[in-house]
Amino acid sequence: MTASVVVTGLGVAAPNGLGEQDFWNATLAGKSGIGPLTHFDASGYPARLAGEISDFTAEGQLPSRLMPQTDRVTRLSLVVADWALADAGVRPAELPEFSMGVSTASSAGGFAFSQQELKNLWSKGSQYVSAYQSFAWFYAVNTGQISIRNGMKGPSGVVVTDQAGGLDAVAQARRQIRKGTSLVVAGAVDALLCSWGWVGLHTSGRLSTAEEPTRAYLPFDDRAVGHVAGEGGALLIMESGDSARARGAEVYGEIAGYAATFDGREPGLRKAVELALADAGVTAADVDVVFADAAAEPELDRVEAEAIVEVFGPHGVPVTAPKTMTGRLYAGGAALDLATAFLALREDTIPPTVHTEPAERYGLDLVVSQPRAARLRTALVLARGHGGFNSAMVVRS
Amino acid sequence: MSRTFTLDDLKRILLEGSGAPEGTGLEGDIIDTDFADIGYDSLALLETASRVEREYGIELDETVVGEASTPRALLDAVSAHLLDQAA
Repeated sequence: MTASVVVTGLGVAAPNGLGEQDFWNATLAGKSGIGPLTHFDASGYPARLAGEISDFTAEGQLPSRLMPQTDRVTRLSLVVADWALADAGVRPAELPEFSMGVSTASSAGGFAFSQQELKNLWSKGSQYVSAYQSFAWFYAVNTGQISIRNGMKGPSGVVVTDQAGGLDAVAQARRQIRKGTSLVVAGAVDALLCSWGWVGLHTSGRLSTAEEPTRAYLPFDDRAVGHVAGEGGALLIMESGDSARARGAEVYGEIAGYAATFDGREPGLRKAVELALADAGVTAADVDVVFADAAAEPELDRVEAEAIVEVFGPHGVPVTAPKTMTGRLYAGGAALDLATAFLALREDTIPPTVHTEPAERYGLDLVVSQPRAARLRTALVLARGHGGFNSAMVVRS
Repeated sequence: MSRTFTLDDLKRILLEGSGAPEGTGLEGDIIDTDFADIGYDSLALLETASRVEREYGIELDETVVGEASTPRALLDAVSAHLLDQAA
């Protein structure tokens, strides 16, 4: 029997709410954070809507020394990590530094920072490029800065698997805890809403070019035309069940099962679900709610709906996609879904999928419009990354 | 015409390029304090050297950043370059 790994703290930054409580209230109220892009002039691009975090300022929350060396995504990550640690009642300075690690996922690293420095390089010359560009752009930068700020020198790393990364990073943290690390800050925050990032996102061919925020991101709907991109994510404080109990920590729940697969001739999502359930030692009947990947691209929606129906039966389990209120946050999105799942378990409430009218042919019991009260003990979170990544995680209260 | 590089210039460039350190920071008598003790690491000094080079139109030896561990040492190194430039 392997030791349980539990979550004792959450930090959340989402387009519809900053901080765990704001986000949860907004999510239950069906408040959407999707609107016209304001971070830069997007009028010349096919897609012009996004889920932006509009009320975040790092000044006053982070030391001055960090400002010239950090992209927005790193500032968000550092503040969200602070919130998660505070939520867990953990003061890292009081703990042995090699007993704590950081495991994040990233889809783009520090894009706006890099854009500025590349602009300096091309327009002024190499001597105008910031020395901090050497790491500020890098995928691992959030892990590194969280590690430095909090004195966490234990096993740390970064996973880059698009949306699936939000779960993969948490799975990696679970491995490290099972190998003896006491505490890991795990999850993902992504933020690449600058013009350079925007061009990159368009290459996927999956961005919705709809103009109306309530009609732009409609997973499992016949009107689905791709997704809206957003920024934000969540970080979780993970500990072994024993050490959480020993310090009397409040526990949100357990990371009970996980599996990752890769698409081959057949899509691998169903296999990921089955393996994650087996890893958790539960059957389909034990799962009370599924947080869907919700690509909002007809073929991908079909694949996901089929996987869910094959495992749980038609209308066999409540399914939700609260990311319809935030847009897809890439790796940050899966981590946010995980945090949302723990909040749902705590409150015995399934948050809604807004705007969508599910097509009957998918056979899903999609929780739309309003939250649904239900006795929740076990949740399944699904995430797919561009290029064939599938991850599934089972969490239990 | 020769330009001078003063402690105030150095402080301004440090703040612009690398932010203000925690604690007493750049206040007080820091001219002989190690940069590390003031709160600036080697990357901050690299960024500072790069900004000094841009602003003063000089090229510092690569060894300067490694060897100038205090504000006084860096001021001296830059002043020597400015003198060379003027000569």
